[in-house]
Amino acid sequence: MTNTWQDIKNANVVIVMGGNAAEAHPCGFKWVIEAKIENDAKLVVVDPRFTRTASVADYYAPIRPGTDIAFLNGVIRYLLDKDAIQHEYVRAYTNAGLIVKDGFTFQDGLFSGYNEDTHSYDKSTWDYELGPDGYAKFDDTWQDPHCVINLLKQHVSRYTPEMVSRICGTPQDKFLHVCELIASTSAPDKAMTSLFALGWTQHSVGAQNIRNMAMIQLLLGNIGVAGGGMNALRGHSNIQGLTDVGLLSNQMPGYMNLPNDKETDFDTYMSTRQFKPLRPGQISFYQNTRKLFVSLMKALYGDAATQENNWAYDWLPKLDIPLYDIIKAFEMMNNGQMTGYICQGFNPLQAFPDRGKIRRGLSKLKFLVTMDPLDTETSRFWQDFGPQNPANSAEIQTEVFQLPTTCFAEENGSLVNSARWLQWHWKAADAPGIAMSDIWIMSGIFHRLRELYRKEGGAFPDPILNLTWKYTDPISPDPEDLAKEMNGRALADLTDAATGAVTKAGTLLDGFAQLRDDGTTSSGCWIFCGSFTEKGNQMARRDATDPREQGIAPNWAWAWPANRRILYNRASADPAGKPWNPAKPVISWNGTRWVGIDVPDYTPTLDPSAGASPFIMNDEGLGRLFARKLMVEGPFPEHYEPLESPVENALHPKVQNNPVARVFANDRAAFGSPKNFPYVATTYRLTEHFHFWTKHALINAILQPEEFVEIGEVLAKEKGIEQGGWVKVSSNRGHVVCKAYVTKRIKPLTVDGKPTHVIGVPLHWGFTGQARKGYGANTLTPSVGDANTQTPEFKAFLVNIEKTSAPVAA
Amino acid sequence: MPLTRREFIKFTGLALAASSLGMLGFGESGEAQAAAVRPFKLTRATETRNTCTYCSVACGILIYSMGDRAKNARSNIIHIEGDPDHPVNRGTLCPKGSALLDVVHAPTRLRVPRYRPPGGTEFKDVSWDYALDRIARLMKDDRDKNFIAKNAAGTTVNRWTTVGMLAASASSSETSYLTWKAVRSLGMVVFDNQARV
Repeated sequence: MTNTWQDIKNANVVIVMGGNAAEAHPCGFKWVIEAKIENDAKLVVVDPRFTRTASVADYYAPIRPGTDIAFLNGVIRYLLDKDAIQHEYVRAYTNAGLIVKDGFTFQDGLFSGYNEDTHSYDKSTWDYELGPDGYAKFDDTWQDPHCVINLLKQHVSRYTPEMVSRICGTPQDKFLHVCELIASTSAPDKAMTSLFALGWTQHSVGAQNIRNMAMIQLLLGNIGVAGGGMNALRGHSNIQGLTDVGLLSNQMPGYMNLPNDKETDFDTYMSTRQFKPLRPGQISFYQNTRKLFVSLMKALYGDAATQENNWAYDWLPKLDIPLYDIIKAFEMMNNGQMTGYICQGFNPLQAFPDRGKIRRGLSKLKFLVTMDPLDTETSRFWQDFGPQNPANSAEIQTEVFQLPTTCFAEENGSLVNSARWLQWHWKAADAPGIAMSDIWIMSGIFHRLRELYRKEGGAFPDPILNLTWKYTDPISPDPEDLAKEMNGRALADLTDAATGAVTKAGTLLDGFAQLRDDGTTSSGCWIFCGSFTEKGNQMARRDATDPREQGIAPNWAWAWPANRRILYNRASADPAGKPWNPAKPVISWNGTRWVGIDVPDYTPTLDPSAGASPFIMNDEGLGRLFARKLMVEGPFPEHYEPLESPVENALHPKVQNNPVARVFANDRAAFGSPKNFPYVATTYRLTEHFHFWTKHALINAILQPEEFVEIGEVLAKEKGIEQGGWVKVSSNRGHVVCKAYVTKRIKPLTVDGKPTHVIGVPLHWGFTGQARKGYGANTLTPSVGDANTQTPEFKAFLVNIEKTSAPVAA
Repeated sequence: MPLTRREFIKFTGLALAASSLGMLGFGESGEAQAAAVRPFKLTRATETRNTCTYCSVACGILIYSMGDRAKNARSNIIHIEGDPDHPVNRGTLCPKGSALLDVVHAPTRLRVPRYRPPGGTEFKDVSWDYALDRIARLMKDDRDKNFIAKNAAGTTVNRWTTVGMLAASASSSETSYLTWKAVRSLGMVVFDNQARV
């Protein structure tokens, strides 16, 4: 989230699209109700189903799963046509006026530079035209046909209300009414907040869905302001934290990337990361990347990371492909290219696409380790549980270790919530039996490996032998020790160049501005720098005071970066530093410095007349309507059909799907066609369950005891399916036998002139725990991901449904 | 008189026992009845601040456990409720958070490390040393065999692709940092978390 949960109450329009906050984030959703009651906000919901969020909406519009970009590009067309944009904001704070290279084109569904053989783009034309001074050229009159705003206008011109309705199945009048509500927030003192979740990410075009709304928010001037923002309602309690700390194939702590094979040395790696400003006077924060990187390497390798060995650059693994994500991992497993797999609090047998493929992959491993408080399906994939998990144990040669761990109530530590708050929690009891913490277990495995390398030698032991481990209790490091290491310390006496103040060696740092690239500072996760200082554990702060009750609560816990609660908050004020919305200011310029209720996302004393733009992480300082080379499928979002779709792409039949989607041959063969699988399916959560854990909790297992699918009344009648009757739902990858819930909440849509039915598949069941046995929605879902992130396409795929008889009781 | 939440509970409990029945005119028999009223159980419990383990709203919760955390006393969690001081949830919990006690005490909570040999038809209990020694051995043998120090072009790449890991997105950031360190020092690149699902 760019903003906080409570800040939602400041919105004038709340749009929930790509999520269902009332059911998936109930206690956060109360702030939407607060906005409705206290701020007269309008709640708009666009969703394939009439969800509980929709049931309290001021306006609901249905949409076919997987067509959000058509809808959102239609909104942009509407805003530009009606001139319902916040002009001063767009001119000063976005790249609308920057001029794009001459060779950049878009034709028949493809941008310039496409290579059909490699399914990838040469992106050299996807960038700004540079002037002789090295700065990007711009035309503040917006006359140049190749400036971003004109290219955007041209790009979205095809997304007429007729076309939107034809693709999305949303009736035109409903689409236009949503446009009107969105457009009302182009006034400088009005804000719309966008709340979204996996309903947008789990598509082959997921990242572009989100970019598309971010572009709308920039056009409306809704980024950085109170009640605005792009608010990703994230999933697990610490999914934000794990992303922040970089537990992803290509990531390092604080959103730095692992090097790749082409970055053969440290200077080459740095050469593409220390962005020089692309417009005069810009801050371009990433000029500091070297300080962040060297401080991380000092945290990891201490004295062994030196100037001479490039701060141990070669000890980091390098990537030969963009990602070894989950889909790739299970492809490798199925191809016999993997030996072992460790699942820490993760249940891939129920969570990953194409469950049959997951089971076959696990069966080919030499060993599988699970670390979990609960008895997961994954840890028992080798055991026969009947049709829900057919297995011949004797034939499966995988050694399995099921390690019992503590749960949240049995440990100290911090979690990062959606709003980037690091909140500390405390242990209330010991774990049952001899279950141990993940910290103790990971340390135990690491110490044993290190001992083996000390004794036996072996493949490249240096990073293992030199990894810092200076914890008071090395067997089971105290979470506070680890938090301090992430925060960072001075390694030598540091003298502040401006004030002359000295920070003594060994002192915990106050913020990332103190980090240096000469090896005199360490920080294990630079964005957390300031969370645990000499003043104590800032994450444990519990002062809920909230100036003007504007939803900031600056002294409750600690937010990254720098305890900033609203990202890009410089954009909440006009170029002269005066708040756009005087009733809900965030920060403003008082003549000598930036002041307000939040920590400025800007240099605190930088005079507005210096002309530095608010988006300080971008080298041009501007919000990007044109994404340059940062997205794999293009600088503007374009509608591509899901990999399994009931219709042809109405815009460009020759480019049906995301042209740069990575699809493995076996997975492509497992796609189904609309001839055999005529219905669109989408997965989702129920409010009574959280993924596959809550079926282990008795109350939740009673509240929602068994697997079912939701279908509309028209389809039910057509197929002779009764309320609560048994059905067989199949995709080309497998089938599920469960009950049908016949509902008024899903109605057929008219897509390209044809009636299209949507089937809802809640995802919570499996064969362990206290609920009744179920197959799991992932039995049906296709193994293909978003082309940028490889997030699997769970939200739009094809199935068939048939009435069946009750299974014979076992 | 400023009262903490805990004192407030204790205070109202005692007040109820000592005075309200008396005020209703029960006299001495009221006192006898008041003495028999069972004190509110939470007044004897230890209160611990925590965060709901499920979604990323991260509602504040209060965990109540019996046992005073003395070395020889084993705490037992008896109640979990929303933290009224928390600025986001303000004491509320959803159907998942309200049932947290049931997941803490789920009958399928794991208690002992278990091992299933190749072709085995059931798990058997093993010691931590057995499990961790064996896992370390398997990992080292594979790493030594399959570690890629240089690619075909002769570039130092130091990666290990044949053993992978999924990290837990409900574990603490401190756990995740230690996990990151250990995993990357081995050169592991097949590494992911729940961000995608």
